[in-house]
Amino acid sequence: MIHALTLILACQLAGEALTRFFGWPAPGPVLGMALLFALMLASARLAALVTPTGEGILRHLSLLFVPAGVGVVGHLQQLGAYGLGFALVLVVSTVLALAVGAGAFVAVARLTGDKGDRDA
Amino acid sequence: MREFAEIWSYLAASPLIWLSATLIAYLIGDALAQAAGRAPLVNPVLVAVILLAALLWGTQTSYATYFEGAQFVHFLLGPATVALAIPLWHQRHAVRRAFLPVCAALLAGSVTAVLSALAIGYALGLSPQLLATLAPKSTTAPVALGISESLGGSPTLTAVLVILTGMIGAIVVTPLMNALRIRDWRARGFAVGVAAHGIGTARAFQVNPQAGAFAGIGMALNAMLTAFLAPWALGLFL
Repeated sequence: MIHALTLILACQLAGEALTRFFGWPAPGPVLGMALLFALMLASARLAALVTPTGEGILRHLSLLFVPAGVGVVGHLQQLGAYGLGFALVLVVSTVLALAVGAGAFVAVARLTGDKGDRDA
Repeated sequence: MREFAEIWSYLAASPLIWLSATLIAYLIGDALAQAAGRAPLVNPVLVAVILLAALLWGTQTSYATYFEGAQFVHFLLGPATVALAIPLWHQRHAVRRAFLPVCAALLAGSVTAVLSALAIGYALGLSPQLLATLAPKSTTAPVALGISESLGGSPTLTAVLVILTGMIGAIVVTPLMNALRIRDWRARGFAVGVAAHGIGTARAFQVNPQAGAFAGIGMALNAMLTAFLAPWALGLFL
């Protein structure tokens, strides 16, 4: 577990260092994710090592958003006069993005003769 | 026996109490969500946030004090993002097979998220600064803040909009996809990752592991695409 945790943190650290160094718009952890993925592709042993710990962290991914969510409550009045307008924008735009995104996925999957992963 | 106020003033100053409170609030939220059969509206994050906000308000505790304890949980967002490589690796063959649908859904979902938000905001008469604040709302928080800042928006307000978008997406996705009769877990997961970043991804993992893996990819790819897309899209409305 300590090995897996070290590997994950090292990937994040390398990701943070690289984005800072090159001034990339991608955040450090996203680059760290790409890095860890590359390492797992390179070594199946490493993939097996990191899987249980990583899945443990991800099992309660929701929990990790709670502190930031509590921070939002204090800032709700910042929405100010536009509160209702913002609410409308967020709900409509999110519903549209979900519907169009999933619709595009299904449509292109059908066009390319992809039947999904019934076998997986 | 010591006075309660004395014990409280000692505990309230240490990170332990708010770290514990965060975990307990989440466990209550998760238990309620389970009892409700994972009904979308009983979202564990939403329940925990409401409980903790009420507790902070009731005890007159500042967010800064709360965050001294909660930061240990908050910190794990970084490693968790890195760990998204793991489901991606396990689903790598499924992802490679779905290369074209993934590209199409990324482009369609990302463009829709940015353009629809700007168009509705513009129609409601939001100022250019508020539009810049709104543009990256579907992107994962650290990227969204950077985009907002570089466009001349307000990063703190963007953070609020990002979290709210995530919660809306996590609540809406299941009933919406059922209504649209989209049953492909890959499509459902990928779309919620693009539209509602990590909070949507967390919801996807609760529903189906394949949906979760595709949501993680959607979130990561959308973060990169929006960084390029948002300045262009904002230019259309200025």
